[in-house]
Parts: sequence; structure tokens; C-alpha cells
Amino acid sequence: MPKTLSPSKPKTNPACELVFGDLWEFDPAPETADPKLKKKYDLFINGRFVPSRSGKYFATINPATEAKIADIALADASDVDAACSAAQRAFITWGRLPGKERGKYLYRIARLLQDHAREFAVAETMDGGKPIKESRDFDVPMAAAHFFYHAGWADKLEFLAPGRQLAPHGVVGQVIPWNFPLLMLAWKIAPALAAGNCVVLKPAETTSITALKFGEICQEAGLPNGVVNIVSGAGETGAAVINHPLTSKVAFTGSTEVGKIIMRSLAGTDKKLTLELGGKAANIVFDDAPLDQAVEGIVNGIFFNQGHVCCAGSRLLVQESIADEVLAKLKRRIATLRVGDPLDKNTDLGAINSAEQLAKITDLVKSGVEEGAEKHDNGCKLPAKGFFFRPTIFANVSMSHRIAREEIFGPVLSILTFRTLEEAVEKANNTAYGLSAGVWTDKGSRILKMSTLLKAGVVWANTYNKFDPTSPFGGFKESGFGREGGKQGLLDYLKIG
Amino acid sequence: MPATKAPANLRRLFDEIGTVDHVGIEERVAKYTTRSIKKKSKVFGLRLAVSMVDLTTLEGKDTPGKVASLCQKALCPHDQGDVPQTAAVCVYPAMVKHAKKHVAGTSVKVASVATAFPSGQAPLKTRLAEVTAAVNEGADEIDMVINRGAFLAGEFGRMQDEIAAVVEACGKATLKVILEVSELETYDNIRAASFLAMRVIRPNDFIKTSTGKTSSNATLGNNQVMLEAIRDHFLATGVPIAMKPAGGIRTAKQALHFLIAVKETLGDEWLNNRRYRFGASALLNDLVRQLEKERTGAYQAPWNFSEATEGY
Repeated sequence: MPKTLSPSKPKTNPACELVFGDLWEFDPAPETADPKLKKKYDLFINGRFVPSRSGKYFATINPATEAKIADIALADASDVDAACSAAQRAFITWGRLPGKERGKYLYRIARLLQDHAREFAVAETMDGGKPIKESRDFDVPMAAAHFFYHAGWADKLEFLAPGRQLAPHGVVGQVIPWNFPLLMLAWKIAPALAAGNCVVLKPAETTSITALKFGEICQEAGLPNGVVNIVSGAGETGAAVINHPLTSKVAFTGSTEVGKIIMRSLAGTDKKLTLELGGKAANIVFDDAPLDQAVEGIVNGIFFNQGHVCCAGSRLLVQESIADEVLAKLKRRIATLRVGDPLDKNTDLGAINSAEQLAKITDLVKSGVEEGAEKHDNGCKLPAKGFFFRPTIFANVSMSHRIAREEIFGPVLSILTFRTLEEAVEKANNTAYGLSAGVWTDKGSRILKMSTLLKAGVVWANTYNKFDPTSPFGGFKESGFGREGGKQGLLDYLKIG
Repeated sequence: MPATKAPANLRRLFDEIGTVDHVGIEERVAKYTTRSIKKKSKVFGLRLAVSMVDLTTLEGKDTPGKVASLCQKALCPHDQGDVPQTAAVCVYPAMVKHAKKHVAGTSVKVASVATAFPSGQAPLKTRLAEVTAAVNEGADEIDMVINRGAFLAGEFGRMQDEIAAVVEACGKATLKVILEVSELETYDNIRAASFLAMRVIRPNDFIKTSTGKTSSNATLGNNQVMLEAIRDHFLATGVPIAMKPAGGIRTAKQALHFLIAVKETLGDEWLNNRRYRFGASALLNDLVRQLEKERTGAYQAPWNFSEATEGY
């Protein structure tokens, strides 16, 4: 018997195991709404869709089938310049518009997003690979919720900082990642517009479609020309947005590596900067936690959106006395996770966003095996085409392993153990990151204590991956600075005099 | 044992079996309701559900005639298509002999509620005599109620002794132990009562949610608590216990959600009517209605299906 097994817990009889077989297979249940895609997407500048000046386009593919979806215009510095100038011109009127009027536009955008919810959900899933149940039940409704929330703030800005003078920055340059394309857009654009700024936004290279579709929503809402500009492209386009002399505030969500480059390039300028970067969150389970619900939270924490979540609970810290039991429960739980066609309503894990990301995950998993951690996956069949990865768990991980230190950004969980609260805190904080953490225990006082000791921007208690527009989100240390959502997030889009 | 011991007793039990987080488990079961079951998998699920129904009538106004129609319906739920028989008919002890006449020699079992159903508020002797009488009349299965008063007072020994006595009185009949979850108040208590019951019943005896006679009955939440208790008990002891949610499951869609919970919690070996049942009356009509829709491709006129348990 492994010595970590607590004598007070029921022992597992090795002869008995449950059978999660194919007795009752589910037939395909694809979402059939029309995503209304175009073959070619132009840049959204000054309220109109315009081709890139260089005439260059790049292909965007569906990561689940590797089939091309559309050509996307590649913006260069001159396109970005046009977008920034348009934003600057629009700011003259938009910045002076009464908050009440700006709020009306935001409400209209929010309602239009709801009207087009199914269309956006399917487009998001096709372009990014996430399961339709997540884009349908989380991404799109949450994006609309952010516009509703900030619409409410637009005419109440003076209550954000009573007695102080608040003013918009002007043109805001925003660069967003590929894991939640539409939602990250909403997190960025909604507060910026509510505060009276105009926006130049660059979506991620692999997921531009919903951002450009959002341009259509702006047109439908009658948003004044130039208030929102969307320039698609790769890293160079992003750099042009960030370094453009007209952008007085920069907001970036993405990798810590790129965040550092941005910080260096903005040093010596008076641009305001907020960064929301990577994470390696600890999800800490104490031995008094309700284990089945903790296991559900662990699964939700790491396998939500294939683990492409900056706040994913990728390091599971579990108290030694229950480690074996938690591992057994996790193995049983992932046996029922369904990996496959993201458009199928029953799919739990969709496609990895790109071949590049799949290679990175594969490499890190290989290093985990080589460094001696014990690998388990659910052994399910993967589709022949597309980028897929099985839900994977590593037991016996130590703090020095790469899989315990580096952000994997995939469906891979590393399990470490601890004995005392102090050890848990020490291990949880022993990372360059500090975006989020989870605590699972029945003891309320312990939750409060942990929440003050953990150096993380968000600490979830007995739950994980819960978001709300009212709740500020952001990191410590190399996970970035600045907040998004809530009062704090909105203040980052205002000059405080 | 004085009632003041209850919290200490329960705490000791929870130390051993663990507790349930209310919010977490309801989030878990909400995911079952987003599963989309189509085409062949839907037909499989609907047919499986029909085969798991304990077609029930438990009313003061039950007559031998009504029980006869009920049995006929259990034997042949629908005259078209390939609809399986239900698992059992479930009646009061006085109706057992009438039911037995109609289903003898078929695979449909006769289940009888007993032990002063639904309250259980009768002397143990009386309750046991009722069980013996029902078995003697030919009941294949006995649905008993636990002594909720004893459980809530922390008198676990008494509660378990009573169940053990009923097990003995059952002889060869299968036992279903009704926890009456709505009177246990919390998910923690449902888990505790499940374990107490499972430890004194035999392999493939059932634990069952409700009598159907109180305000709230089977829900995906309390079904999940009990499925997880069965799973933990099985993995620890090797003893498989069967499960029966009862009351409140009226639509085919609900039944499919419950079956998905079984599939994803206990796996394939519980997806049969020896290990899982539905205590229901109106449910069968909707299952047949949906099967007919799958067979013909169209919903039939409402008057083609009766809403009555025993009607067609």
C-alpha cells in the first residue's frame, strides 16, 4: 500500500473498476447555425472595410480540420497609421460626447451581440477550435455582458473617483490573444469606449474573424466612424499599433515574453500601459475539501478551453493524505471527457488553436516524461485531421520540472503534493507568475488566510474559472499589471487629474 | 442513544465518507443537461429508459381493474414499433396479488411498497409483517422507507438494524431502500444515509430517492449524490448497489439527463434495469411519445397518447 494513503479514508479495492465504454455512444450533434463567413476579410478602418494598402492577405484555418476558412488582410505600418489617424479624428467628437450617449451605443452593441449570438459562437469555434458549448455558453454571453456592464458606467464615470477630474486618454492601442478572441475584445473595447477613448485593436493572427465580424456589429450599431478600428496581422502589426505616436495608452493580453518586449519598447515614452500576461496557477486542495466537487473544479480549471487559459489551474497542489484518492478520481473523471469536433455540442475538449501550440504542448509533455513525472491520459481516439491533444495528468511532479514551472497553455495538469499550509503557500508562490489561484477546503478561516498569503490577482475558493464583468481581473509579478473588469479596470482607461 | 449525539455521530461519519459541496454538485449536474442526444443514441436512450421504468400507481383509489390495465401497459407499452417492456409494476401490498396474476411468467416484476409507506411511522413489527405479507403474495421486489426520525436523531444503529431486519424479511425479493431525500434536508445527509443503507443491504439491492409523496422528489442533484456514494462504496468494497430515482421525472428529456449522469458517473455496468430504475408513472407516456416521433419522424396528435399511467 502506498504510504501516502490515509488510514481514515476508504481504501480502493483494486479488483473493482468502473467501465466507461461504448455501450451508449452519442451520435454527432453538430451546431448548425450559419456563421455567415466571408471568403475575404478586409481591415476595419474609419467605419469601413478597406483592403490592406500592401494588398497582402494571409489565410486563417480551422484548427479542427486544417481547412482554410478565409483570407485576412495583413495590416502594415501605413494601415495602422491610417487607423490611428481615424481614431484620433473620431476622438474629437467621441471624447466630448455625453456619457449617456456613449452608453446608448454600448447598449446597442451588447444587444446586437446577443442577437447574433449563435452566429458568433459558431464563427468563434470554427476559427479558434474551442468547443461550441463554451463559445455558446461562455464566450459570447460574457462578451455581451461586458458591454452591458460598461454601458451602465458610461454616464457615471464621476463616481469612479469622487472629487477627481477624469479624462479619456484619446487613442488606445490594444493587442489581444487567440484564446478568447471575442471575449478579450470585449474586455478591451467596452471599458475603453465607456471611458470616452477611441480604439485601434489588433486581434491575434490565428483568430481574426470574430474581431472583424465585430466591425460589422459596430456598423450595424451606427457607431461613429473611427471610434473602433480593427487591424489584423501578426507581431509586426501589433508592434506598429503599440509604438504608434498617436496611441497614448496601450493594453496587451498575451505571453509574458511579448509583454516584456512591449515594456522595453515603451520605456521612455509617456504611454500608459497595462499588461495581462501568462500564469501558472496553483489549485490547492486540502484534505477536508469535498473531493468530488474539487475534482470537478480541477477539471474545469485545467481543461476549460483545452487549457488555453492564462489563469488555468495548471499546478494542482494536493495534500499528501488525499493525493492517491484525488489522482484516482481525476483519472476516472477524464475517462468521460469527450475530445473531438468542436462544433459538436457534446464535445468537452476541442482543437488546439494551432500547429505551433500543439508542438509546444507536445514538447513540454515530452520533457515531463523525460524528467520522471508519471503521465496519464484518457487514451481516447483523436480525429485524424486537425490539432488535438488528449487531456493529460502528470503525477509525481516536483517543483524543478519544466512542466511545473513553464506555462504549457494546453490540457496538461501537473500534480504536486504538500503537507502543511505553509508548504502549500511556499510552493504556490514559488513561480514567476501570479495571476490566479484556487483553494479547496471546508474551513472558511483557512480560505481567508490563504487568500492573503497567495500572491495572485484572483483567488477562487471552492470553485475555479469564475468570471464577471464587475470583478477586476489581473496579475502579480510576471503575470502583468493593471486590472480588467470592475471599477479598477475602467480606471485604467482614464487619466486621473 | 440521546438525540444530542447526532452531530458527533454525523461528524464521525463525514470524516470517513467525506462531504458534498452544494454549489459544486449542482454545477456538475447542470452539465448533464447540456448534452445533446440525437438520432440513434436518442432511440437507444429512450428504449433503455422504458426498460428501466417501475410503472407505479400508489393511490388510495387503486382498484384491481386499474392495476390490471397498469400491468397490461407494462407488458406492452405501445402497439407499434419495438418498444420494450418496463422493468416492473409498483403497487401497494394489497394489489400485489392482482398484479402478479397479469405479469406472472413474464420478465416484468411486481414491486410492492411496504413498511408503512410513505411515512414509515408504524411499529417495526407491523412494518416487517407488511413486508412478509407482500412477499408471500408474490412480490419480487420490496420498496421500503428508512426511519428518517432515527437518522436525523443520530440513531444510526437503529436505522441500520431496521433495514437489516427488512432485508431478512425480504427473503429472495430485491430490496429498494427509500431515503426520502426531501426529508433529509442536505446533500451531506443524503450521502450519509446512502452509506448507512448500502452497508447493510445486499449486492444489487437498491437505494432510492423518494416516495413521490412529498413536495420535492428526485432531482439530478440528489441523484448525483447517491450515484457518487454508490461509486465510492463499490470501489471500496466491490459491492455493487443499484439506484432508483423516483418522483418528479415526467419527461423523456429529464430521463435522458438522468441516464447521462449514470453513464458518466458509474459507467456502462449500471446502464441496465438490474442496476438502475425510474420510479415513475407519467414518464412512460412521454418516452413512448418520443419513440414514436423518432420512428415516424413526426409528433403524433396529443389524443394518441393518454396522460394516465395505465392508459394508452
